[in-house]
Amino acid sequence: MTRHRLACLALALGVAFFPGCRPRGSGNALTLAGSTSVQPFADKWAEVFMAEHPGTAVDVQGGGSSAGIQATKSGACDIGLSSRELKPDEKDLLEFVVARDGLAIIVHPSNPVRGLKAAELRQIFSGDLLSWKPLGGPDRPITVVTREEGSGTRGAFQEMVMGKTRIYSGAITEDSNGTVREIVAHDPAAVGFISLGLVNAQVRALALDGVPATDADILAGRYRLVRPFLFLRRAEPAGLAKEFIDFVLSVEGQALVAKEGLLPIR
Amino acid sequence: MTTMPTKKGRSGRRLERNDRLVRLALLVVAFSAVSVLLVITVFIVGQGAPIMVRYGFKSFLAGTDWYPSEKLFGLWPMIVGSFYVTLGAMVIGVPLGLSCAIVLTEFSSKRVRSVIKPVVELLAGIPSVVYGFLGVVILVPFIRETFGGPGLSVLAAAIILGIMILPTVISISVDSLQAVPQTYREGSIALGATKWQTVRMVLLPAARSGIVASIILGMGRAVGETMAVIMVAGNAAALPRSLLAPVRTLTSNIALEMGYASGEHRQALFATGVILFIIIMVLNSAANVTASRLKGTKR
Repeated sequence: MTRHRLACLALALGVAFFPGCRPRGSGNALTLAGSTSVQPFADKWAEVFMAEHPGTAVDVQGGGSSAGIQATKSGACDIGLSSRELKPDEKDLLEFVVARDGLAIIVHPSNPVRGLKAAELRQIFSGDLLSWKPLGGPDRPITVVTREEGSGTRGAFQEMVMGKTRIYSGAITEDSNGTVREIVAHDPAAVGFISLGLVNAQVRALALDGVPATDADILAGRYRLVRPFLFLRRAEPAGLAKEFIDFVLSVEGQALVAKEGLLPIR
Repeated sequence: MTTMPTKKGRSGRRLERNDRLVRLALLVVAFSAVSVLLVITVFIVGQGAPIMVRYGFKSFLAGTDWYPSEKLFGLWPMIVGSFYVTLGAMVIGVPLGLSCAIVLTEFSSKRVRSVIKPVVELLAGIPSVVYGFLGVVILVPFIRETFGGPGLSVLAAAIILGIMILPTVISISVDSLQAVPQTYREGSIALGATKWQTVRMVLLPAARSGIVASIILGMGRAVGETMAVIMVAGNAAALPRSLLAPVRTLTSNIALEMGYASGEHRQALFATGVILFIIIMVLNSAANVTASRLKGTKR
């Protein structure tokens, strides 16, 4: 008797501690995972989609672009979210561009510098230009704030601004758009880069090569720091996944992200 | 037992059987705790060791460039970073903690002690993210405005960690000072020593092993702390050139990049874990050895 009870207890504990054993991927549930840059917008889509399709469940998780790509490959999620282009060895996944996002170079509002040339920006982030003085700012050392290795935002910045040049290792490294903004908002000598949709009154976005970072300039193709937000699939979307992606790409879905500060694809 | 009536003997056997079952169940539970450690060890080493072998131990331990996207996995800046930050925490936390422990055991009334000791223990209950938050909001701007630099620095991390290790240092030091027999104090006073002389020449040497153990355990806490350090240290993967430069520790390196890492980058983070594991193991064994020596001297 006692042994029987113990066995039951052990089984119950086992089930409780392994959430992987729960049934998943049934017809009316969808799991999204990946880039923390895409996540807030995916949440928005999911919220509206679920309201319009009662009985469905769309679960959005973070983890980062690389994790999302991995999860899509392994089948751990239905749709992967990426805020960077796929690398050659990841190209076996199907990709859907669902929105585009500008990358803003931000400084403290008190900083008199209003714009930078691409070459200057590169020198700042490579650690070759150390003071604001030659740029027309105060005689203070520049606090360079960057994202951690593997971040989609860093990947996009590396590709579009730095090219082959390394971001110097002495730069302050943070693991989210929010912390970068927080640091720049409080340090008068700081410079960093974040998603354009997240720029607020606490920081100022700089012009690049004389082009300000505004939606109009991005849509006209003048501001060049723009990256795609991707949905990833292992196989052609079908069923609920297809419905969801169609919704996201629809006029309504795109209007939703435009309202949140992203750039629609049409 | 043998002279017991048969009726009682049967219920006795049942009790005995229950006893065996309970013992077995407890044994299983106890070993599951130990086996977790085993699983963690095997997992970390299994994930982290292959890449260390592939690129060579030396390039991991002595390499100064951490650029995972270029397959450069030098952990030296993080090893040095952990060392600096921990050393700084010791310089700040140990004198504070030790003097607090001495005051609590030798120079304060029972009433004062009954107020301060629980408060110190409460310090241990504050989540590290709260320490980090206070650091970001108060300490970092203070350092930036007073000493210059970005504020996110070795100094900020050392101060925050110095405060965080206080409860560990204080409570174990208090215990070991209280464990010194009362006769030592009485003997010293009887010989004409002042209270301070007694503390310095009798109590501290007598409680030395316990105090050393408290320092080593505090060190373990400082090496392992992650959240608060990420928030105030700036996390630059370069050798810090001054106290005011940003620094990245081994733990921050893992936590910072785990979310986005894949492939060899991910393995390199496990390799970071292996090195951290070794450091913590060495520290804990050192603490155990000194603690057992304490028992030896006191008998």
